[in-house]
Amino acid sequence: MTLLSVNSVSKSFREYASEWKRVASWFGLPFSPVAESVVLRDVSFRIGPGEAVGIVGQNGAGKSTLLKLITGTLVPSLGSIHVNGRIAAILELGMGFNPDLTGRQNVYHAASIMGFGHSEVDQVIHEIEAFAEIGGYFDEPMRVYSSGMQVRVAFAVATAWRPEVLIVDEALSVGDSYFQHKSFGRIREFQQKGTTLLIVSHDRASIQALCSRALLLEKGAIIKDGAPEEVMDFYNALIAEKENSSVEVRRLEDGRAQTSSGTGEARVEEIGLYNRDGVAVEHVKVGEPVELRVKVNIVREIPSLVLGFAIRDRLGQVIYGSNTYHTGQVIEPPETGRRYCFRINFPANLGVGSYSVVTALHSGDSHVGSNYEWRDIALVFDMVNTGKVTFQGCTWLDTTIDYD
Amino acid sequence: MRGWFRSIRDYRYFIISSIRSELVNQFARSRLGGLWIIVHPLVMVAIYAFVLSAVLSAKFSGIDSQYAYAIYLTSGILGWTLFSDVLTRCLGLFVGNADLLKKMVVPKIALPVITAGAGVINNLFLFLAILVIFALLGHGPSLHLLWLPVITAVLLVFALGLGLIAAVLNVFIRDVAQIVPIVLQFLFWFTPIVYPVDIIPADLRGLIGLNPLHPIISAYHDVLAYQQAPDLHALAITAAAGLGLVALGFWLVRQASAEMVDVL
Repeated sequence: MTLLSVNSVSKSFREYASEWKRVASWFGLPFSPVAESVVLRDVSFRIGPGEAVGIVGQNGAGKSTLLKLITGTLVPSLGSIHVNGRIAAILELGMGFNPDLTGRQNVYHAASIMGFGHSEVDQVIHEIEAFAEIGGYFDEPMRVYSSGMQVRVAFAVATAWRPEVLIVDEALSVGDSYFQHKSFGRIREFQQKGTTLLIVSHDRASIQALCSRALLLEKGAIIKDGAPEEVMDFYNALIAEKENSSVEVRRLEDGRAQTSSGTGEARVEEIGLYNRDGVAVEHVKVGEPVELRVKVNIVREIPSLVLGFAIRDRLGQVIYGSNTYHTGQVIEPPETGRRYCFRINFPANLGVGSYSVVTALHSGDSHVGSNYEWRDIALVFDMVNTGKVTFQGCTWLDTTIDYD
Repeated sequence: MRGWFRSIRDYRYFIISSIRSELVNQFARSRLGGLWIIVHPLVMVAIYAFVLSAVLSAKFSGIDSQYAYAIYLTSGILGWTLFSDVLTRCLGLFVGNADLLKKMVVPKIALPVITAGAGVINNLFLFLAILVIFALLGHGPSLHLLWLPVITAVLLVFALGLGLIAAVLNVFIRDVAQIVPIVLQFLFWFTPIVYPVDIIPADLRGLIGLNPLHPIISAYHDVLAYQQAPDLHALAITAAAGLGLVALGFWLVRQASAEMVDVL
């Protein structure tokens, strides 16, 4: 079953030489627009119940337009959109709140915009009040609220009834962290009950934590649709993309996609993980001291060289990452044609599971300025637990327990 | 057409809640609160009555009161206030609700209903105040007041028709918001509100027949001041014109609907 289907949707904004000509064109007079700016072209996808889909893309890629088309405030120029059920969006948090009404009155008003009547709100008003947790302020006029309190009330109303499709915008990053956890909890609960989530964010962590699939929008078209990790890697590479740089995706043996990008002045020639005896390893014991060796070749002349690396878990979340800029070991200028070998030593205090290493070669403190090479999944290794007590999570903390 | 009615029914809570919220906005945080709704038109009446009663008071043979001019003026102002209120509110119908239309799916048809509802409720307050004042002036109510709902309905249809057209055009051509108040000024003085119709020279009186607002305002005069039945024939013509305007307005909303949010 499909909950949401978007069928070759295009959206363009028409401009007329004069607005009178636009009005005249409604009356069937032969005036045509002088310019059409296409914001979305031929976008198609289908989403089933309980799926969580992240929508990523740079500013101006058409994300907001796509969301407005899905919620129905904008009408597609071509194509069609079908939704089986109710859509709620958390992007208009606080829409229609009247500062002179109390929180409680505003809840009734906001619910009426969503199409719910007085008696329907009566049934859930206690839950809404309890979820917002703003105490006596609930019966005070909204103009005395802090912005955080408004968000709490707004979120509580917007999610008072479980929708079939829930659109979550960057809005989620507002509010204090306690409420963020609470709202994430409710979103996950909806998802388990079959609500489809559409999440728009630039935040890699929340996309990868919540989504099972991601869509990458670029210049109004979907250029990638797949696992969040793969799409985010591609997106990351796209941000760093400059003139003469290229993005390349290679399929690894285990089906994962390795993305590399950059302008190519410097290159990682070799990378490996070694144990204390200098033997290359793929399986690392929890707590074992290891050395990550990265050999970098300087292909063309560059002013400075910084090596960045990060260890990611199976879902692509960064467990640890740093670079030689932060450690004060920038090489400037590196000798062209020479090979530099970096040795990074650390105890592998990681939880059981599969991990990957990302490398980045750039000139400053991050790869956004100039990106010589960015390589996702440059190396993969597995953590195994042989000598330690059984534990959960992604870090080994050498804990001791006492009791009396 | 049935779709329009269905969306009004589905969104009735939104409509009621919005009207209430608009009224709360008027009352909130001002000392006189709702009184301001009636203060403005009554001050207008007081000023005109003060300035012009000496000149015009002799002209009202049909009203048996020394305050004939004030009563005549007030009756007309009741109708005019509703007309100009609805038309002015309509100007911001889509432009003022841009945020709502951009972010939520709200049937556009609900917005004029809210405007009309808030306008009528305000007008009701004014009407009650006027009844009290008339009683104080010794001009008691008559059974002909029962015509008032009909007259108000005709006025609403006419005002909403013009208002919808202005509202749609104003989204694309913002000059409309400047033009409408000027047109309202002209209309106010070309309609016999401040002056009686027989003050107009006989050879020009035919022109007044072209003013669609005239039958409505004189119906207000008939039932409130002269205490007689309104001229239903003239009223029916304006009602028909009003329905035509509403139809054109709805048609424009439908044509513009797809592009409206794009330019808001």
